[in-house]
Amino acid sequence: MAERERFAHLLRRATFGPTAQEVDAAEKAGFAATVEALVAPGGEDPLGLPALGPDPFTAINRNSSREERQAARKARNEQVQQLTAWWLRRMATAKHQFSEKLVFFWHGHWATSVQKVDSAQLMLKQLNTFRTLGRGDFGALVKAMLRDPALIIWLDGQRNTREAPNENLARELMELFTLGIGGGYTENDVKAAARALTGWTLERTTGQVRLEPKRFDDAEKTILGRTGRFDADGLADLLVAQPVSPRFLASRLWFRFAQGDVVPAEAAQRMVSAYGSGRDVTAMARAMFSDPAFAATRGQLVKQPVEWLVGAVRQLEVNADRQGEVVRALNALDQVPLRPPSVGGWPSGAAWLTTFALQTKLRLAQSLAVNASAAVVDRLAAAPEAGRPEALARLLVVDGWSEATRKVLAPLKVPHRLLTMGLASPEYMVS
Amino acid sequence: MDTLTRRKFLIASGVVGGAALAAGATALTLRDILATSGDRPEAAGTLVVVTLYGGNDGLNTVIPHADPAYRSARPELAYQGSEVLRLDDATGLNPALKEMHGLFGAGRLAVVRGVGYPKPDRSHFRSMDIWHTAQPERPGTTGWLGRWLDRAGGDPRLAVSFENVLPPLLAGASSAGAVVGLREMKLPVGIKAETLTALGQGAQGASPLLARACHCFTDLVRVDEMIRDVKEAADSTPDEPAPGGTGTGGQTALAEQLDLVAQCIEAKAATRVFSVSLGGFDTHADEKEPHQALLGILDKAIGSFWKRMSKVDTKVVMLIYSEFGRRVKANASDGTDHGTASNLFLIGEGVKGGLHGDQPSLTDLDNGDLKFGLDFRDVYAALVERVLEADPGPILGGWRGRAEGVL
Repeated sequence: MAERERFAHLLRRATFGPTAQEVDAAEKAGFAATVEALVAPGGEDPLGLPALGPDPFTAINRNSSREERQAARKARNEQVQQLTAWWLRRMATAKHQFSEKLVFFWHGHWATSVQKVDSAQLMLKQLNTFRTLGRGDFGALVKAMLRDPALIIWLDGQRNTREAPNENLARELMELFTLGIGGGYTENDVKAAARALTGWTLERTTGQVRLEPKRFDDAEKTILGRTGRFDADGLADLLVAQPVSPRFLASRLWFRFAQGDVVPAEAAQRMVSAYGSGRDVTAMARAMFSDPAFAATRGQLVKQPVEWLVGAVRQLEVNADRQGEVVRALNALDQVPLRPPSVGGWPSGAAWLTTFALQTKLRLAQSLAVNASAAVVDRLAAAPEAGRPEALARLLVVDGWSEATRKVLAPLKVPHRLLTMGLASPEYMVS
Repeated sequence: MDTLTRRKFLIASGVVGGAALAAGATALTLRDILATSGDRPEAAGTLVVVTLYGGNDGLNTVIPHADPAYRSARPELAYQGSEVLRLDDATGLNPALKEMHGLFGAGRLAVVRGVGYPKPDRSHFRSMDIWHTAQPERPGTTGWLGRWLDRAGGDPRLAVSFENVLPPLLAGASSAGAVVGLREMKLPVGIKAETLTALGQGAQGASPLLARACHCFTDLVRVDEMIRDVKEAADSTPDEPAPGGTGTGGQTALAEQLDLVAQCIEAKAATRVFSVSLGGFDTHADEKEPHQALLGILDKAIGSFWKRMSKVDTKVVMLIYSEFGRRVKANASDGTDHGTASNLFLIGEGVKGGLHGDQPSLTDLDNGDLKFGLDFRDVYAALVERVLEADPGPILGGWRGRAEGVL
């Protein structure tokens, strides 16, 4: 692989879509330094958190009228839209691109949907947990998530009591969050783990989570062969200490950042060693990007709609105030942040490559091209006509065009038509 | 449907179209196929698969109300004998299923009870994968109807989904069904079909995913031509799954999906398999009302679909299923946790209406869940054989069982 392609590949995966200038800078800095700048960035990157205000339902009580309830509902929906738009703008503008992409990774991992949580404040709180704890000790993240109000609502944690446990959270905790399917646990382990997670209550409007001792089952449980009076933290410690847990986490990172297939055993081993007893997520990510097997995964991921769209916004320097349109576009592509379709997270791979999605992308590509910055259009127009497909490839950080695509691009003279076909091309859909 | 429009959708069988396309006939369009094709075989059956995502509570769908164990296991959730729609002395349908009860009365709806598979998996995703792939031991990467499509020539128009993401059951090894979303059916202005066809040519020698991306372009051209005249502009928005259920897939409005299926069948489109879905069945808490509301959505959509189908002469069979049933005993939140064996429905021409299979015991349980009496692959095999008229052997890994007496 040519040297530049190695850097382009790394940046396509670790960011929401690199610009040509970012690839230039990375090439100049060297590979190891680029990986380091991605996983352990220095300098400030202010968040500019959205001013959501309080949950409109705090002012609603039993005596509130129907109109007041409707107004509160409307205000709540607007807050969710405001938060979604803020996050998308953040993805496009964050200096610490990998940190932000890791937040998106965790969002897909814990796959909590605002559709059931129904609160912008609680979703923002969850994102902040990913942001503050998602790059360090995985055990600490799991413990925080077991107290996370949005996750608790999403998986009925507040309904799980000593009297009769609700298994929803316990099952997904093992299957989707820490051990994985086939992770060595049984139905009895799920039932016992549910008992360890009993007793959490939630104050709906303030989002305060509290353990109610009367509802907690403090009797002995046997989970994964160990017997004790497990509670949420004890369960978290037990789960992340399972040898299968780091391998599962490595496979999830690999699945989203490298390739939608099984992580090669040696690469997994190196990632697990780097993660170590400190359960260091950043170290695991660093090992993944530096691994020889990672370089061989070029062209083996399909861009998720968010990656496709935010990447285009970054590369075409589309005005970040057009977020309303971006959200509508993502709705059409079936990937609106904060609304994953299920606890299993977002689809992947060929599931995104459908006739319907293509039709939608063609329309969006036209709209994005029209809204490209004048500087981008000028840069493309400055290239000699014969060289415009190459200039387009550089702009979109595509390694090259197939003969078939080149034949379509070559006769196009108008920059915005070139941009449209470039964004809609097969080469731009895979990463 | 007037002859001209009908004629437009009389497409060659998938084998002919698919073989011609695979041979590299790059400029082939739908009209080329139409010009050379004979009528679609009159006897060819059409299969409509309705997937209920999230694990539908089978015991509150087909209700064994006369069994005392039913009420004692879920006192707050149980329906009384006086509330249900009678199927026989011991069994009734959920009160929301009025239209389906009518179909049962007319002898067109079969309730197949106790359907499952060995070593049940209580994970939504694993269990749904098992139903999609029909490979309980180790779900692979192809769906059962995708494997049928591979063998039927691979033309995406033969297997159509009106969901927005490809359902795994339509993914084959070398081909995939078409995904036709409900919104914005037309190609954008200024994008020519020839351009798309040209971009589709990059598949040769490309990596599998890049090749798949290229195939999307050729598929889109073909599907666009087929769908353009079928779809009357029906602007629609996705419906929200009922509150209370954790989302586990299947989000787009069922009634609208079935509306499009009906339009395609009425127009005698070449499509042999349709996949539609409804989500929101993961009712861990406060289940009774949201569940009944969801069944109401299902029932209404099914009812109006079959009213339209009574006027066409195509053989249409519908399968309605979910990835598992729910626990016999309610949990403390007046909901139910993930279960195992459940019932499924078959509706349509050639279906022998009535109750099939035994109601699994509510007291002799497998870890709190119902034991299965019939493997779902028996039902799949019968559908492949008798509706799609194909050999189930290679599609279902040599599976020999057949659900007898239902189809």
